[in-house]
Amino acid sequence: MAVRLIILLGLLLAALTGHAGEPDGEALYRQHCAACHGYDGMGGVGIPLALPDFQYSVTNKYLKVTIREGRPGRIMPAFSNLSNKELNALVKYIRRWAPGKPYRYPVTPVKGNLARGQLLFNRHCAACHGTNGEGGKGTGVTFSRPRDLPIIAPALNNSGFLNAASDQFIKATLMNGREGTPMVSFLKQGLTEKDINDIVVYVRAFEKNRPPARKTPLDTDEATIVFESAYDLKTTINNIKDAAVGNNFIIIREQTLDQGLVPADKENTKQRIVFFCNFGFLNKALAVDPRVGLFLPCRVTVVEKDGKVLVYAINPNRLSRLFNNSELNQMCHEMNDTYISIIEDATL
Amino acid sequence: MIRKSVWPLILAVLGLLLVRNALAQDLLMARVPMTFPEAMSKLQETLKKHKQTLSRVQRVDIGLTSKGYKTDKYRVVFFGRADEVQDLINQYPEFIPYLPHKIAVFAEQDETVLVAANPEHLFKSDNPKKQAIVKRWHADLEKIFHDMRQE
Repeated sequence: MAVRLIILLGLLLAALTGHAGEPDGEALYRQHCAACHGYDGMGGVGIPLALPDFQYSVTNKYLKVTIREGRPGRIMPAFSNLSNKELNALVKYIRRWAPGKPYRYPVTPVKGNLARGQLLFNRHCAACHGTNGEGGKGTGVTFSRPRDLPIIAPALNNSGFLNAASDQFIKATLMNGREGTPMVSFLKQGLTEKDINDIVVYVRAFEKNRPPARKTPLDTDEATIVFESAYDLKTTINNIKDAAVGNNFIIIREQTLDQGLVPADKENTKQRIVFFCNFGFLNKALAVDPRVGLFLPCRVTVVEKDGKVLVYAINPNRLSRLFNNSELNQMCHEMNDTYISIIEDATL
Repeated sequence: MIRKSVWPLILAVLGLLLVRNALAQDLLMARVPMTFPEAMSKLQETLKKHKQTLSRVQRVDIGLTSKGYKTDKYRVVFFGRADEVQDLINQYPEFIPYLPHKIAVFAEQDETVLVAANPEHLFKSDNPKKQAIVKRWHADLEKIFHDMRQE
């Protein structure tokens, strides 16, 4: 019996970890990519991978490096945990949208005039890609851009992009544009091949002066902020509400922590949550990254236990680690200061 | 024939394998191939199936639009296991601001996106008991998201 069981478990393990066969590219795509790029590859949060012009112009290496390294600080996470087999299966699945064989670029670096490239970049590229190649704002989700735009301009100074894209790839994109996106052919816009070479050299130079290779979470420690209050439960809750209003928040609701989970007469009335919101800040934060709604609206939990009143809140600085979004760091820092200010006002 | 007592072990192995690929992600995300109302309804059923109690739904979009901001449908769903919440609060008060659990749900045209924080990345701990709790939360979320991805 024991031997049979071991064999059965071994077979299950082998089958499900991919050792018995090739990993399932479709399953990997559905699990890791579809949330942002869509099941049909037509985009959403992420770029539309199924776009024929995208499929034709990007190399497998570009796709693999992008999946492996992501775009630090720009939503696209790094899937460094995928095995090589899984990576290949995923790329193969993504390639099923390809209209033909992807273009093969020469490996020779592009040569040109850096200073001239900067001038041309500022004139022709900066409006979409940012003066320092930092890319368009927002994530691409519902809140942050009009739905008629298929993509947000990529961050050309991003280490993930620069590692994935060869000079010749950037040059070809500039020369041909990308149909179905706002990226136009700059040859058709009147630039010469020499002009384009200069821009490529300028874009490549972002490598020397690019943001940190990894996302830069704020200094963090515990996931929770906790203060002991000098007041009783009721006074502390009232103080929290006053302090929140004093910091330009609107009180949304007060409830017990277990409301809805247990019958009303069994709720623990010594554990209370105060929800409050600054809708202007909420709207701004959602425009930067709609996923941040996971931790909004703001809430503070006040608990009376063993004669003590303790006040708990999330630590927004810690949460900044979860989002691959540099823009959010400053907002998390602001939220952290606000929480501490409100709780200090209420408890000291 | 496999003895009945062996099935839980097999299912546990399957469960672990199911979440294997997602361990490195900070945020868990799922695209639900359904409109927002359908996805919300399915989420409620799925939570029930996984023995979670729906505590409340925060209507973020309603709050925003009432203040004059433009937004698509956006809700935060709070849920938990009624029988474990008080035990957790007593043993690990640092979990308090994160209870009940949450999933953010927002419309993406005619589909719906779900987001939850990966508890294993939120709560790092050397305490094996605490680690086990957080691991189970993660596994629960993965199972819910896995079901939600299915048409």
